[in-house]
Amino acid sequence: MQIAPVMPKSWRVDNKPHKFCPGCGHGLILKCLGKAIDELEIQSRVIYGCDIGCSLLSWDFFNLDTVQAHHGRTTPVMTGIKRARPELLCIAYMGDGGGYSIGVQHLVGAAMRNEKITVIVANNTQYAMTGGQLAPTTLPGQKTETSPYGRDPGATGMPFQGAEMISAIAADGAYVARGSISHLAQLTGFLKKALKNQIDGHGFSFVEALSACPTNWRTDAAGTWEFIEKDMAGYFERGEIKVPGQKEATADA
Amino acid sequence: MSEELVIEEKRVFMTGNEVVAWAALAAGADIMYGYPITPQNEVMHYWSRLAPRYGKNFLQTEDELSAGFATAGGVMAGRKAFTATAGSGSVLMQEPMAMVEMMRLPTVTVVQQRGGPSTATVIYSQQEVALTTMGGNGEGMRVVYSTAGHQDLYDYTIKAFNSAWKYRFPAFVLGDGYQAKMREPLTIYEPEKRGITLLEPEPYVGREGKPGQDRPPAQYRNTYNLEEELYEKLMSDIRDFEKISAEIAEYESMHTEGAELVIIAHGIVFRAVGEAVSNLREQGLRVGGFRPVTLRPLPAAQIKDLVAGVKKILVVESAYGQMARLLKETACGAPCEIHTMFKPGVGIAAEEVEEKAKEILHSQ
Repeated sequence: MQIAPVMPKSWRVDNKPHKFCPGCGHGLILKCLGKAIDELEIQSRVIYGCDIGCSLLSWDFFNLDTVQAHHGRTTPVMTGIKRARPELLCIAYMGDGGGYSIGVQHLVGAAMRNEKITVIVANNTQYAMTGGQLAPTTLPGQKTETSPYGRDPGATGMPFQGAEMISAIAADGAYVARGSISHLAQLTGFLKKALKNQIDGHGFSFVEALSACPTNWRTDAAGTWEFIEKDMAGYFERGEIKVPGQKEATADA
Repeated sequence: MSEELVIEEKRVFMTGNEVVAWAALAAGADIMYGYPITPQNEVMHYWSRLAPRYGKNFLQTEDELSAGFATAGGVMAGRKAFTATAGSGSVLMQEPMAMVEMMRLPTVTVVQQRGGPSTATVIYSQQEVALTTMGGNGEGMRVVYSTAGHQDLYDYTIKAFNSAWKYRFPAFVLGDGYQAKMREPLTIYEPEKRGITLLEPEPYVGREGKPGQDRPPAQYRNTYNLEEELYEKLMSDIRDFEKISAEIAEYESMHTEGAELVIIAHGIVFRAVGEAVSNLREQGLRVGGFRPVTLRPLPAAQIKDLVAGVKKILVVESAYGQMARLLKETACGAPCEIHTMFKPGVGIAAEEVEEKAKEILHSQ
């Protein structure tokens, strides 16, 4: 007997299983997002935007009105929609290349203006769709196709602290958190709070989700888990970084 | 509370950028997304002053990429959104416009050409013809109106909104720094009172009802998996564009019938050409003038007719042959002599055109 998998109500079921690689983190993040949308009962109001990179494979993922934009440009497309129709709830979903590299000026611009949109960045430490190149989030020593001898921080910098940067520049009313596919209940909670922040019109909301790419990491299940829980966790701390009405979390708090 | 917009038909004396802002209001634009670049800035200045008065919006974005993509978003949300840019801003604008072209979104972009390449001058040129007609990694499925003055800026900005929403291709109003910054008299009016029906925008996303339950989700992409899948989509768009091309194409001609020499120019350069043609006619010389108003699609049938019946043509432009290349492609195989007067990034006066025309006529 085969047990039907439980899918969020906001998912499209007619085109599942999804198009991501086995072991990919996107499916898990989008499951958390789907649950958050279900629980908030906002399916009729959400406009979902996805980027270039693996995230584009989600252009028909949900039972949500969806726009697939260019690399890094999902943020301004969602900004444009939100400014034109403030009653809609706009989600920009992208990878770390789209969010922190080619589209970082849009992310910064949206955060500075406190755009009432929700941006979700899946951080898998490299460019996955294009075959595993160095990203701003690549860990020191991590081998990628464009850092075949391992990332040298002296030459290419340290892993980019995207969520912390957004927290530093976003105004009061913004919500910033970092979750992980290794802690799904927590991630769902963060996504729900981020969307709630948009619903309440407080300001910008941002969630980075630590994700997995066993295809490019060349890891098995145990290795994938270890990379997220041990290696990535050493650079990217899970938790809420900025919550409206609360004192900002600091490193020594 | 916002006021109701009433544009009384009257003569006004304005800069071209102010004209564009009023024309966008007259066309029923809801929101402008823009980024500063000279000589386009005052479109934003006037719009951002006028917009709130009439319950309309403005957003200054972080760059032209964002302005273009946000414009696409505004359009998808069901609003009449527009943007304006120039020079290196036009270069950045090509990325969003490629997406707009692919997704068949009705956007309006006003381009006030400045000197190029690179930063060059903030003043004037006709060097953004290739970019505006064929920019982006696509097939140039765009509607481009090249204006020759302030009345044109008003009329064709209004028309660009209607063409964009009617045909679902991106529309461009191609002006220049002279038109942007100088003042000219023109008549402003409410389009409806002139019998122009303004098309209402429709939302692509965010319609009534729960997607997947009350209606299918509206899902738009610009990515395709297979060559054949892309080919089919593109050929369908190309066929649409070709079908409507003759309907969209516009031109202006003067004394072309029986002319020995026809001078071809677009935009503000045609003002000098028009004056030159009148002067040469007064001197008894058989000279005519032709101006493609739409550079994309070109008035191809009229150009083919023209070059088939004339011995010589002179192409004049403030660029090094950007329009001439488009003309030559259309006129390919015509037996007429093609002379050129290219002054990239520099204004052209009637006297110079006259002199050049005489030189050509006397060089048999």
